[in-house]
Order: sequence, then structure tokens, then C-alpha cells
Amino acid sequence: MKFTFSWLKDHLETSSSLEEICNALPMLGLEVESVEDPARDLAAFTVAHVLEATPHPNADRLRVCRVDTGGEVVQVVCGAPNARTGMVGVFAPTGSYIPGTGIILKSGVIRGEESNGMLVSEREMGLSDEHEGIIELDDSAPLGAPMAEVMGLDDPVIEIAITPDRADCLGVRGVARDLAAAGHGTLKPLDTKTVKGTFESPIVWRRDLSEGDQHLCPFVAGRYFRGVTNGPSPDWMQRRLKAIGLRPISALVDITNYVTYDLCRPLHVFDADKVVGDPTMRMATAGEELLALDGENYQLDESMVVIADENGPEAIGGVMGGELSGCSAETSNVFLEVALFDQVRVATTGRKLSILSDARYRFERGLDPQSALWGTEIAAKLILEICGGETSHVVSGGEIPAFEREITLRPERVASLGGMEVEAGDQAKILRDLGFAVEEDGERIAAKVPTWRADVESEACLVEEVMRIRGFEDIPQTPLPRNRDLPAGVLSLSQRREALARRALARRGVNEAVTFSFVPAGIAKLFQGGDKTLTLVNPISTDLAVMRPSILATLLPAAARNSDRGFGDVALFEVGPAYRDDTPDGQDQIAAGLRAGRPTAAFWGGSNRVLDAFDAKGDALAALEAVGAPVENLQVDPDGAPSWYHPGRSGALCLGPNVMAVFGELHPRVLKAIDIKGPVLAFEVNLAKVPAPKAKGGGKLRPALSLSPFQPVKRDFAFLLDDEVPAEKLIRAAKGADKKLVSGVELFDLYQGKGVEPGKKSLAITVTLQPTDKTLTDEEITAVSTKIVAQVAKATGGTLRA
Amino acid sequence: MEDLDQLQSDLVARVAEAADLASLDGLRVSALGKKGKITQRMKGLGGLDPEARKSAGQALNLVKNAVAEAIEARKGELEEAELEERLKAERVDVSLPARPDEIGLLHPVSQTIEELIAIFGEMGFEVAEGPHIEDDFHNFTALNIPPEHPARQEMDTFYLPEDETGERKVLRTHTSPVQIRTMQAGEPPFRIIVPGRTFRADHDATHSPMFHQVEGLVIDKSTHMGHLKGTLTAFCRAYFGIDDLPLRFRPSFFPFTEPSAEVDIGCSKEGGQLKIGAGSDWLEILGCGMVHPKVLANCGIDPEVYQGYAFGVGIERIAMLKYGMPDLRPFYDSDLRWLKHYGFSPLDVPSMVRGL
Repeated sequence: MKFTFSWLKDHLETSSSLEEICNALPMLGLEVESVEDPARDLAAFTVAHVLEATPHPNADRLRVCRVDTGGEVVQVVCGAPNARTGMVGVFAPTGSYIPGTGIILKSGVIRGEESNGMLVSEREMGLSDEHEGIIELDDSAPLGAPMAEVMGLDDPVIEIAITPDRADCLGVRGVARDLAAAGHGTLKPLDTKTVKGTFESPIVWRRDLSEGDQHLCPFVAGRYFRGVTNGPSPDWMQRRLKAIGLRPISALVDITNYVTYDLCRPLHVFDADKVVGDPTMRMATAGEELLALDGENYQLDESMVVIADENGPEAIGGVMGGELSGCSAETSNVFLEVALFDQVRVATTGRKLSILSDARYRFERGLDPQSALWGTEIAAKLILEICGGETSHVVSGGEIPAFEREITLRPERVASLGGMEVEAGDQAKILRDLGFAVEEDGERIAAKVPTWRADVESEACLVEEVMRIRGFEDIPQTPLPRNRDLPAGVLSLSQRREALARRALARRGVNEAVTFSFVPAGIAKLFQGGDKTLTLVNPISTDLAVMRPSILATLLPAAARNSDRGFGDVALFEVGPAYRDDTPDGQDQIAAGLRAGRPTAAFWGGSNRVLDAFDAKGDALAALEAVGAPVENLQVDPDGAPSWYHPGRSGALCLGPNVMAVFGELHPRVLKAIDIKGPVLAFEVNLAKVPAPKAKGGGKLRPALSLSPFQPVKRDFAFLLDDEVPAEKLIRAAKGADKKLVSGVELFDLYQGKGVEPGKKSLAITVTLQPTDKTLTDEEITAVSTKIVAQVAKATGGTLRA
Repeated sequence: MEDLDQLQSDLVARVAEAADLASLDGLRVSALGKKGKITQRMKGLGGLDPEARKSAGQALNLVKNAVAEAIEARKGELEEAELEERLKAERVDVSLPARPDEIGLLHPVSQTIEELIAIFGEMGFEVAEGPHIEDDFHNFTALNIPPEHPARQEMDTFYLPEDETGERKVLRTHTSPVQIRTMQAGEPPFRIIVPGRTFRADHDATHSPMFHQVEGLVIDKSTHMGHLKGTLTAFCRAYFGIDDLPLRFRPSFFPFTEPSAEVDIGCSKEGGQLKIGAGSDWLEILGCGMVHPKVLANCGIDPEVYQGYAFGVGIERIAMLKYGMPDLRPFYDSDLRWLKHYGFSPLDVPSMVRGL
């Protein structure tokens, strides 16, 4: 919403300065977006007289002018065809910034003639595209005066943002009313005197709406004008319209635009000679179309209200008028439309047709219903003043919907809800100043809401009005009372787990990423996703269309991007959502990560190994351990990883049927689709699958520590096993051979090759025996060793390697 | 006896000349070993009479001890020299690079969320969460945003397909639906913050289709707008670490609060450099207000008895302001260079008492 300072003063009698007004507006909830003060920007440019203009001795098109700037006489070389002796123009001195060209003016010599300063065109001043000649002012313009003042450009333009509730401030008058209430002057009365009609309108309003559609256009008023002249609108109106960015068109059109911005009262004028029959408010029928004022042809449907005549639709209700029945320079008879339309219907119609007009913007936010009455008078007055002619009596159809809303304000609520102390009498005054009809009975304030403030619905709204006008700066800064003596744990188990998993993974050298929740459909498919119910209807682009089924669906492309940039050593994780379905429970909190490239930076002193599935397994276990999973008891299911993993180099970590994590090398097909060089090792941990601690207090109590005084004994074994036997079986068997004595089993070697027949493998373990009651004898050690070998043989078919 | 003196001085001299541990050991054997000169003489004492044996024995012992001492001393010297030699040989170029061991860094969004939890946790706020895929009721209707309201149209909502009942789910446009879920599920009083992902169909230099918000909600019988101002002032000052950071509350509009306010923090923009703190400019950072009576009623809470406030802050926005990140887009791009430049050590756990 834009307006000029002088426009505001049409409604507001004020001594406040521009700066004071601009500081007050945001504190009323009317955020100032910009303030342009052309007088300041154009201060350097002044009225000058061309004392003499003679042809340039060395250039046919140039003239050498002697220019009186008021302070001195300077020589200026000018190329404008209209530069001539005796003219009055605008002078730009050397050193001034020329807004239209963006250059700073320098003195110079043009073809041998000195030139100091410049006589400027409108384009050079940034006023218009006019560049045929230099600006010519009236002879009466005072020499040396600022051109902004002389040309009426000294009116600052203020742009404010209006929140959706404040339709009343989409007219300058509403802004003035708020400022007046806040102590920045008084609101001038609005002249809504009835303009006397002199004849009966030859056409009348008809409303052809079904019972259920009555509310879509409850009321419309109009007047017929004859004998008008539709020339250009007066200078003052054109200046204001231009200042707020509207192009003056003709007096009639300009008047409708002006009233729209002045009073938030959109109007429409038909060329009455182009209207056939009585104008009628009705629903459009399918297939009807309208060439609108913006030059576009719109397809209408049965949900849209149109103003139609016998030729069909002539305007779209509350949205835009039609080109064919619009006013032109030849128009001499006019029919005025001042209507009320349903907010929601205007909004849906405008959205369907993609028309964002000033009228729609106001109608969909809600007009003062009474404006349909006074709007006809204001419009009639302006049309008669500017265009001449005479007006008919008012014709109307329908009824203005009643708006009677009385709200009780308990004055103490301003303190108990708003925290602000305001005297009851002051509260009543504020509401009165805003146009509320107020009655006080000492305890209660009964406030009748003005017709232009439909947004005020409840006592809380009245509290806000009082606080807003008094100023939010008066709200006391009150500490929130403590709700307990000491802060307590504020995180749920799952929230704690997220933080722990993050830090555990970062500790392992993996960097945290945050990636989008949506992926292209093709990538979703690679991860068994892409279900229709999880595909956005209106994605920003097809790349962001499907809710990701796995975090790897966004992390893998992220790894590829890093790799493409030349940073191929990637370790990334994310703790975030993966989406199974569209229900509240269909969102899993996953800690997922991947590694590609080298495991660490090169080291001069060692062999540089390559990444494998056991890096990913380690990451998964680290995250699981951090969140409290019983990692010692987890089983590995070599067939448990989903399809996007390498079938032979992946697995699931589970406890019975409960799969907590999957890990492994990613499937080459997936890597190819994403276009990243493998191998890429990845893992996904489903944090919610980790059982909650059973003990009360989160299991903080530890079992007693018992330390044996006797030395542990270590023994190494190498077993020959069938290739398919999982190593896990061997370890479990060794551990289970003597649960009292065996305190640890470490697998330290896997060997296949010379000395081991094909189809077999050699696994070597170190078993730690920890006696608790006495030092072990050689016989006892031998006995346990025998047990271990027997147990392993039984469980795995393995034999001690010779 | 001269003979013994001669023997001692002879042996001690040879010990002192021993060049290495091996020759020193040879000397020891030849003097004190089983067949050594001194040992032999000891054995020879057996033939003497007791008186003479005693005196000769004593004299011989003195010699033996003196030689043994000399050997020990020389041994120490030789060992020291040998160690010196070894250490010289073991020298390495310590300017070679250390063994690599990289620690990963945490994303600024999660670090900022932990900072928020640390601050609001001190004030007794619990952390609540909710689903990203929401229904119309929780995201809009319960929050007093009717279907055709301009406020709803301005939300740039992402929609999922209609189901068989004609309802279409949305990606939550704000964290506010968690207010509704929390109030529906429990009994007042409530004091929660809700950090999380939010989604809007908007993508340019300053908007991302996914971003993070933190919602705050306090509901009880007495919390008023002064408390809102107190809470947010305390929060902003703690978060930015500026004790005198000025805050400005301006009236605004949100369908789910009444009265509503936008909050600016003080800043200066001198020389094109944005600096948070007391200055001549203001920077908008959050929206807030008293929870609308209709929202309370929609959750089955009597607005005549209970009241309270709500606020919402953009997490990326306050992270950018605090840590001086100029652009929004790299937050989600996972460029390792960015992550390593702006990331946080996992050892740096935000805490009010340790200092943020």
C-alpha cells in the first residue's frame, strides 16, 4: 500500500513530520517498507533561464547556451532541439548525480566549447521516458527554485505492508485514522453528503442470483451520468497516482483508481452507451468468456459472479472490468458500479483466473459494507467535478448485510492478558478514536465495532487495539516465573538419542549434513519409494517431488556432488526423517551415513587401506551403542539389508525379528544411477527400534564391579572352517565354551590361500581366560582349550588348524 | 702383600680400559669367575693356618671388592654410552605429519537447536515434536486459519494427493501444529518448544522449500504479554550473547494469536556490515503473540480460564545472524567445505551454565 504525505494530510490534520509519521506507523502494526522523498533526491536541480542560445561553431546539432542559474551565469553546451533563447528549464550543476543516467556530472569541453552543468530532460531526471527535449517550465517559475517544488514532485511517497486483517488500511483514510488515534493529529471529516440526482437512471441494477447465492453479491448501487467529458484527470490526481506507481489513463478510470486507494472502495465505470439492457449480477455460465481490461481473455465458470448485460459478461465481480464496456476518450454517458461481493468468492475467482487486481486484493480482505452507500456519493462528486455532466438518482439492488457486533471489554484484561496498565478511561478513548461506539458503566466497556473493522471479533482483539495504540513499547518486560526450582531434563528418550547418535558419529570422523526431505521420483524408486501418496501434488520442481524413503536418497547425491567438485573423500551422516507413509506414525527417525573415497587422509608411515563394509558396520554399531542398544547381543543377518545394498557385502543388525540397523556396501546399480564412483559404504540405524532402558531412572544404576586378583591367561587358536560359516558363530561358540572362564574372544586373522584348501578359510582368535578364585594350572588351561575346540567343532564344523 | 696390591691395581687399570661391555665381562670372568685369578687365590687360602687364612682372606676380599666395584662403575659408563649411541641411531624426523584422525563436525542447524534447548530448558520448556506430514485440521483449521483466508493462501503450502475421502495432507508449513497436538494430548499448564523441519513452496536466494523453525508455547492461568516480552528478551540476549541487546515489539497479525507482535532486534548496518546489538537499525527476527481464544477452544481448553503465549523463530535465520553465514542455500547442499567451515565440534555441547 502506497500513498504520499500530502495525500495522508487530506485525511489527517497533523503537525507531525514525515519522520515522526514513519516512526509511528510500524508501532501501529503498519510496517514501513520504503520512504521515497524526491525533493531530497532532486535537491540539486533548480530552475534556470536560458539567456542566450547560439549555434555551436563546430557542431550542427549542438547549441551553446548562456544559462542564468539564479546564482551565476554559466555556459552550457546542449544538444536538445528545444534549447532556445528565453526558455526556462531545469539546470543540473557540475558534480550532481543524474538519476536517469546514473552518472555524476563533470565540467568539460565539447568540440572546443566549455560546458559547465547541463539542462536536463525528464528521462535524465528519472521522471519519465521523455527525451525528445529538455524540460520546459512555465515562465513564471522562480529562478533558482528547486525543480522538485516547482514541478510538484516534493511529495514524499510512503509504502507500508498491510497484514491480511487490516483491510481498512488499504485506503489512505484508514491509515490516517490509526495515526490520529495514536496522537498524530485529528482525522478530518469525510464529506459523504448526498449528491442530488437530476433524473431517473435509464438502466437499473438487476440481481439474478439463486437463494443460496444471494450472499455472493448482497448489494449493488449505481448511478447514471450523462454528458461527461472523459479527458485527462487533473494534475493533482495524476501526480498522486503516478507517485504510487499507477499510470493515469483517463479521468473516469483515474477516479475509480483514486477512490480505491483513498478510501479502500473499489469502483467500476461502464460506458453506458455500450451496455445493452440492464446490468445484472449473476453467475457466469460455463463457456462464457470475457476480454478484461488487462487485455487478456478469461474463461469463466459457474462459480464466478459476473456483471452481465444482454451481450453477456461485462465484468468479473470484484476482480476486473471488461474491455468492451470500458470507458474511453469518447465516453459521454457512464454507469457507475459500487458493489459488495463475497470475500471468499472473490478470492477463489481471482485465484482461478490468476488475476491479482487492486479490487480483488481489497474485496478478498473485506470492505466496509457501508462503503456501498457513501461510495456512490464520493464517486458522483468527483465525476461531476472533474468530468462535468449530470447524475441520476441512485439505483440499487439487494440489501447491505447488517453488521452489528458489540464486544464487552473488561478493562482489567488489558493488564491480565496484555501485561500493560492502561486506565479504563483511556481504553475507552482509544476505542472511540478508532471509530468504535463505546459505552462505559464503570466496570465494563461495551464497544460497538465499526463496519470497517470486521477483523475485531473478541475481547482479545479489543485488548490488542488498546495496546497497539498505546504502544507495545509500554509492555513491561516481565520474567517468566520458574515452574520448578531447578531446570529438569526436557528431552524425551528419542530426542536424547538423536543427540547421542550425532555426537557418536561425528566422533568417528563423519560430518553431519542436513538435506531436503524430498527427492526426484527416480531416486525414490532406487530406494523402494515413490509411492503416490508420498508424491507432492505441487512440488517446486520434479527434483523435489517425492518424500524420501531413505536418508541415503539425499545423502548419496550429496556425496556425488562433493566428489564432482573434486572432494572424493566423503564421510557424511544425517539424523533425520525417512517417510514410510503419510500417517503421523509413518515417519521414522533414522541415523544414516555413508563413506566414499579414502578412509582417512594419506599417512606416510603405513599402508593406506581401502574402505569396506566393516567401516559401515562400525559406524552403525557406534550409533547403536551410543543410544543404548545391547551391541554385544546383536545378531548379524547377512540377508537382512534392503535392495539398495550389495547383496553379498551387507547385513542387518538385529535382535531376533527386530531389525535395528542395516549396513554395507551400496549396490553398484544404485551408484551407477546416481553417477558416483564406488565403493560407497553406508548404514541406516532406526533409532526407535532400539529397546528403551528397562530400569527406572533410565538404568543409571550400574552393577557392582568385581575385579579378579588373578592374572588372565591368553591363548591363540586357528580354526579351519567352511567358507560359508559366519565368523560370528565361531566367536559365540568360543565364548560359550566356558562362560565362567572365557572373558573375551578377539578374532585377529582371516586367511584364505596357500595352505588352506579352496572353499575353506582359516580364522584365528585370541581367547582370554579370567580365573576368579585361583591361578589356573596348566592342566586346567588345557582342559578349557579342549572344550573350546570341541565347542567350535560342534557349532561350526571347524577344526583346529595344524 | 705387594703382590696383592699389584694384582688390584693391575685389574682396576684393565677394567678402566675395557672398551665395551663384552670385554668388560671377559675381565670379570678372568678375575672373579670360577677360574678367575682372585677366585683361584681364594681357593688357595685353604692350605693356610687359621690365623694366616683370616688375614690373607681379609686382604684378598678387599681386592675382590675393589675390582668388583670398578667393574660395576665401568659397566654403568659403558651402558650409558651404548644408550647414547642407540638413541642417536633411533632419531626420526619429527616434522613428519601426525597420524591422521579426523573428527566430524555437527551441522549448524542441529547445534543451534541444541543452543535453543539449552536456553529454553533453563526456563522450564520441554521439547515437543510432531509429524511433518500433517492434516488440514492441525496445520490450519485448529490454528484459526480458514480455508480461503489470505493468510492461508500466502503460506505456499505443499500438498499430497487427495485420499478417497477427499482430504489432502500437507507438509506442515510451520511448527505450530505441534501446539495443537500437545494441547490436545495433555492438560495445562504447558511450557514447550518445538524445533523442527517446516516446508513452503518457495525457492529463491532467501527462501528454501524446507527450513527449520522453533515454536514456543506457554499455557497456564496467568501468563501475559509482559512475560512474552520477558522470555524473548532473555532468550535473544542469551542466544546472541549480548547483555544489552535491544528488542522492539511491533503489532502484527497471525491468525492464531491475539494480540500479535513481530519482534525486531537492534543492529547497525554501517559500512554495509551487519552487526547485532544496540544500533540505529532494527532487524525482524520472529513473530509471537497471545494464543488466540479460538485456538484454545479448538483444543478443548477453556479460554476463559487458560491463556498464554506462542512464538515462532526461523532457526537458519538466527544461526546466520549469530555465526555470520551470508547465504541460506548452502545449509542443505552438504558441501564438505561449508560443513567443515561452519560446523561445530561434537565436544562443544551447548549449556547455559558452561556458557553458550
